[in-house]
Amino acid sequence: MLKYMIVFLEFFKAGLFAVGGGLATLPFLKAMVGKYPWFTAAELTNMIAISESTPGPMGVNMATFAGFKAGGVLGAIIATAGLVCPSILIIIGVSKILEKFKNSKLVKNAFYALRPASAGLIIGAMFDVFLMSLFHIEYIKVNFLKTLNIPAIVIFVVGFLCIKKFDKVHPIVFILAGAIFGVVFQL
Amino acid sequence: MKEVLELYWAFFQIGIMTFGGGYAMLPMLQRVVVDEKKWATEEEILDYYAIGQVTPGVIAVNTATFIGYRRKGIAGAVFATAGIVSPSLLIIMALAGIINQFSQLTIVQHAFNGIRVVVCALVAKAVIGMIKKGVKDKLTFVILVSAFVSIAFFKISPIPLVVICCFLGIFSKGGEDKKSC
Repeated sequence: MLKYMIVFLEFFKAGLFAVGGGLATLPFLKAMVGKYPWFTAAELTNMIAISESTPGPMGVNMATFAGFKAGGVLGAIIATAGLVCPSILIIIGVSKILEKFKNSKLVKNAFYALRPASAGLIIGAMFDVFLMSLFHIEYIKVNFLKTLNIPAIVIFVVGFLCIKKFDKVHPIVFILAGAIFGVVFQL
Repeated sequence: MKEVLELYWAFFQIGIMTFGGGYAMLPMLQRVVVDEKKWATEEEILDYYAIGQVTPGVIAVNTATFIGYRRKGIAGAVFATAGIVSPSLLIIMALAGIINQFSQLTIVQHAFNGIRVVVCALVAKAVIGMIKKGVKDKLTFVILVSAFVSIAFFKISPIPLVVICCFLGIFSKGGEDKKSC
């Protein structure tokens, strides 16, 4: 029972403080990695892949998945409920002023600082996974060249260029390609 | 009752047709809410969507909640929100169970190692877009770097940072003279 209350509270916080679309909830999920035994940073990255490849808003998909990892079906439902509660409360509470609010100078000024913060938080949340996926950190004291995971780095660079060039292609195509390369190169 | 169920079902459909981040939702929102249901005009829907973006939380959820509330009060807000999250709950719970069962297989682990590399590239692309939009001067650059460092190296909770930045933005008045905001 206590676990589900913690799940609700953690996702409530994510729903209340995540600003901006898409990956905005990621830093909050990453903060849970160190605090609770629910999922690892690597599993969180798998969740991003699955959330991008399945229907539904990405933030909701990630919360559902993370909640499932934390506490099964009930965990998934409670995490999702926690995530959307702030939205419901805020919108019901301030819906009258919201329509004036959306073009106000106050909001523009707040977002001026929140946008770069959100970008920085996402890079920070991905930092561990980035190192883990592209390097063999365990060799850092032995031999620098050995730390480079060459096939992974090549896939990253080529993948990044393809994603940039073929903007309209659905991410699921790249994710499937990643799975195939992972198997072929035994990453 | 019929009307709140209609809200639930409309947002269920929107949820199932939205892939990726909140921005992917707009075309479906226009089709269902404006063209089919005629619950809002083209202009109103853009306003609602803008409100979804300036309130904390997932943009798609905020927009659904707001439209639900405008139509049928608190019950409308709850049912519209339940509608938009239902497809995620059903699909992800089914998938998570399957993935948990197969995750120990070596081939699945290799596949996920490959997927993670691609996710890094996808996130890099998304974040570069965010940086281009958000980093406009020295202060925003400092915020970007501080946010990165505090999360990556000091494992600080993102919450105080978001709160501080909110006030920092308001007091610096940085968003005022920039048209592109």
